[in-house]
Amino acid sequence: MNFDFSEEQNQLREALVRLLDRGYEFARRKQIVASDAGWSRDIWRQLAELGALAIRLPEAHGGAAGTAIDTLVVMEALGRRIVVEPYVPAIILGAGLVSRAGSDAQRTRLLPRVASGEQLLALAHDEADTRYELARIATRARPDGTGYVLDGQKTVVLGGGAADTLIVSARTAGEPGEPIGVSLFLVDTHAAGVRRHSYATHDDHRAADVTLTGVKVAGDALLGPAGGGLPLVEHAIEQGIAAVCAEALGVMAILVDLTASYVKTRKQFGVPIGQFQVLQHRLADMLMRVEQARSMTYLAATTVDSSDAALRRRITAAAKAMVGQAARFVGQQAIQLHGGIGVTDEAPVSHYFKRLTLIGMTFGDADHHLARYSDLMARGPTPAPRA
Amino acid sequence: MDLSYTADEQRFRAEVRGFLQTNLPQDLRDKVLGGKHLGREDFVGWHRILHQRGWSTPNWPKDFGGPGWNAVEQHIFDEECADAGAPPLMPFGIRMVAPVLMAFGSRAQQDRFLPRIRSGEHWWCQGYSEPGSGSDLASLRMRAERRDDVYVCNGQKTWTTAAQHADWIFCLVRTDPTRRQQQGISFLLIDMKSPGVTVRPIVTLDGDAEVNEVWFEDVEVPVDNRVGEENQGWTYAKYLLGHERTGNAGVGMCKRWLKAVKRIAAEQRAGGRPLIEDARFRDRIAQVEIELMALEVTHMRVLAMELKKQAPGPEASILKVQGSEIQQTLTELMMHALGPQALPFQPAALDAGYTGALSGPEWAVPITGRYLNHRKASIYAGSNEIQRNIIAKHMLGL
Repeated sequence: MNFDFSEEQNQLREALVRLLDRGYEFARRKQIVASDAGWSRDIWRQLAELGALAIRLPEAHGGAAGTAIDTLVVMEALGRRIVVEPYVPAIILGAGLVSRAGSDAQRTRLLPRVASGEQLLALAHDEADTRYELARIATRARPDGTGYVLDGQKTVVLGGGAADTLIVSARTAGEPGEPIGVSLFLVDTHAAGVRRHSYATHDDHRAADVTLTGVKVAGDALLGPAGGGLPLVEHAIEQGIAAVCAEALGVMAILVDLTASYVKTRKQFGVPIGQFQVLQHRLADMLMRVEQARSMTYLAATTVDSSDAALRRRITAAAKAMVGQAARFVGQQAIQLHGGIGVTDEAPVSHYFKRLTLIGMTFGDADHHLARYSDLMARGPTPAPRA
Repeated sequence: MDLSYTADEQRFRAEVRGFLQTNLPQDLRDKVLGGKHLGREDFVGWHRILHQRGWSTPNWPKDFGGPGWNAVEQHIFDEECADAGAPPLMPFGIRMVAPVLMAFGSRAQQDRFLPRIRSGEHWWCQGYSEPGSGSDLASLRMRAERRDDVYVCNGQKTWTTAAQHADWIFCLVRTDPTRRQQQGISFLLIDMKSPGVTVRPIVTLDGDAEVNEVWFEDVEVPVDNRVGEENQGWTYAKYLLGHERTGNAGVGMCKRWLKAVKRIAAEQRAGGRPLIEDARFRDRIAQVEIELMALEVTHMRVLAMELKKQAPGPEASILKVQGSEIQQTLTELMMHALGPQALPFQPAALDAGYTGALSGPEWAVPITGRYLNHRKASIYAGSNEIQRNIIAKHMLGL
């Protein structure tokens, strides 16, 4: 058993912290989210220079062949500054899928440009009726010569506006809800028939609704096996869960710090309010939740690269349930202990709270994952995590 | 004991409902039920419609031109108005400053202000909190120095809801800095048009700007605008806070939100079926429905007590804590019912008549912002920590 980060991981963390301390102060973040694009290409380029975009990519395509522990290091650092650049959609979901499922040609075409920051990917999977049930996909891909024609509507595609290439899930067979028959396609966002409506989300990230109307793609746009896309999506979402759990750790750590500092300085009734036991206990509860969430996030990070799908499924469900619950408690109490100032736009605490709230709503909320875990538990004992 | 409604009360409910069906403008109803932004004219317009019927001040006794309703009638009125989608009545005039004026104001103040509150001519706001004085309100520092027949006021109030619309503000000010905290405070009525008053909006985390900072720089206030005795303002302030807390239960609004949660859960689909068929989610709705059912009865018990004693006691703190927590639970459930569609932030679509592009259904637009915004409910009007202190001290003797 070893909880230590490697020398390289510590260096990566320090480099990211240095970069974000310098280039992502709260005021700078405000400017970035107020810009038309809502994110910064400059920051993205600097993340590329640090190697943060390529850390998980195969070595053959300019990557460092890292693990989910590396992702954890990156995401926690991004969480501490509530970075809005589309790291999860473009790198964790998009590039992760291409790395795992892409042909040599697809990897060669896309991944080096992902590593350099020139190519942004996004996963266009969710639809109006999907909610958190990944198999509920109605978008169709019908064969057309050697290629396909795609028709359907995708909603709340994270990073969909910034993306150059979408990974679109569509049915080549089966009906919504059926696990078989979903295929993945690489679709250029400028292809004829692709319409995007891009907007901000409550945490100042960006998402898009995507309408596909008779979009023609070539046969080599198929990513992974025809009809076998759903397990790929599921694994991508599990990687996404591990990533946002780690991000939540960064967000929560800052919220605990901000709140502890605030109650030490805010005076009412002649004393710092941190001297009131009820608030001390509240903060102690916040801290304990963060530590429990941290443990589950470590467990998720050491599991999510496993080839054992059943194990991954259970551990990510458990992690997202616990981190979701912790995020809710820590976020709400951070606001509560800040009092009125906590609900203002001016105070950083409200922005951390919003990101934490939306992390809770992303890739399934705590109730969803608790239910999922509970269903899996009923089918048999949880397998022990193994190296 | 009998908790059922009498025939008279049922007739009263039918009368209120009939009035609302006829007199609540459809566009206003649509705005309220659709969670759209409401402007000053929306609130004032509705207030005037109620005034014509004599119902703009549901909590006032007949002596002051109110309808003289008992606790049950007030509750029925509140419930019907909320259910119909009427804009909420702004509490600052009718529920806050008016009871203080009735109890402690001079005859001249009553004659001057109460009819204008009733008619909607005067919009009031509340000048209590200051940047350094929230939970510890008695530490407030806004100064009012007596010079002949005026007070010269300097200082800052904050979290002032709707100050940008207000004609008048009632303020707690320090008239004697040498006396112990609670004893040097007076209660002043200040015209917002006075020279030296500045209002600055505070943008809240949902992007809205309903609260403000109000600055006072050498603002001259006639001594006639002091309520009651100089340096006795704390007594009046506490009286008012009790009324504020009673009004914060928000049972009618919660009932409407509860209906909304059920409607959303019936429309949203999970696993190919309506979300309401998911037993886990339905349990959450059931839990809050039971809590709200209890709160409704507790609310009536406190109102009934209030009518006998003429002033709410520490029991009002129970309403504040339970009411705010139920509001927060309901806003959170609505957000969770949306699933991924809770993410988009589309503030432009909160304006009535918005015709631009939209992600998801229009009714979903206000929901996440409402959740974020209602974190305030356990903070304002005496934080829930303060309310629990009051309960511990005044109801348990701890």
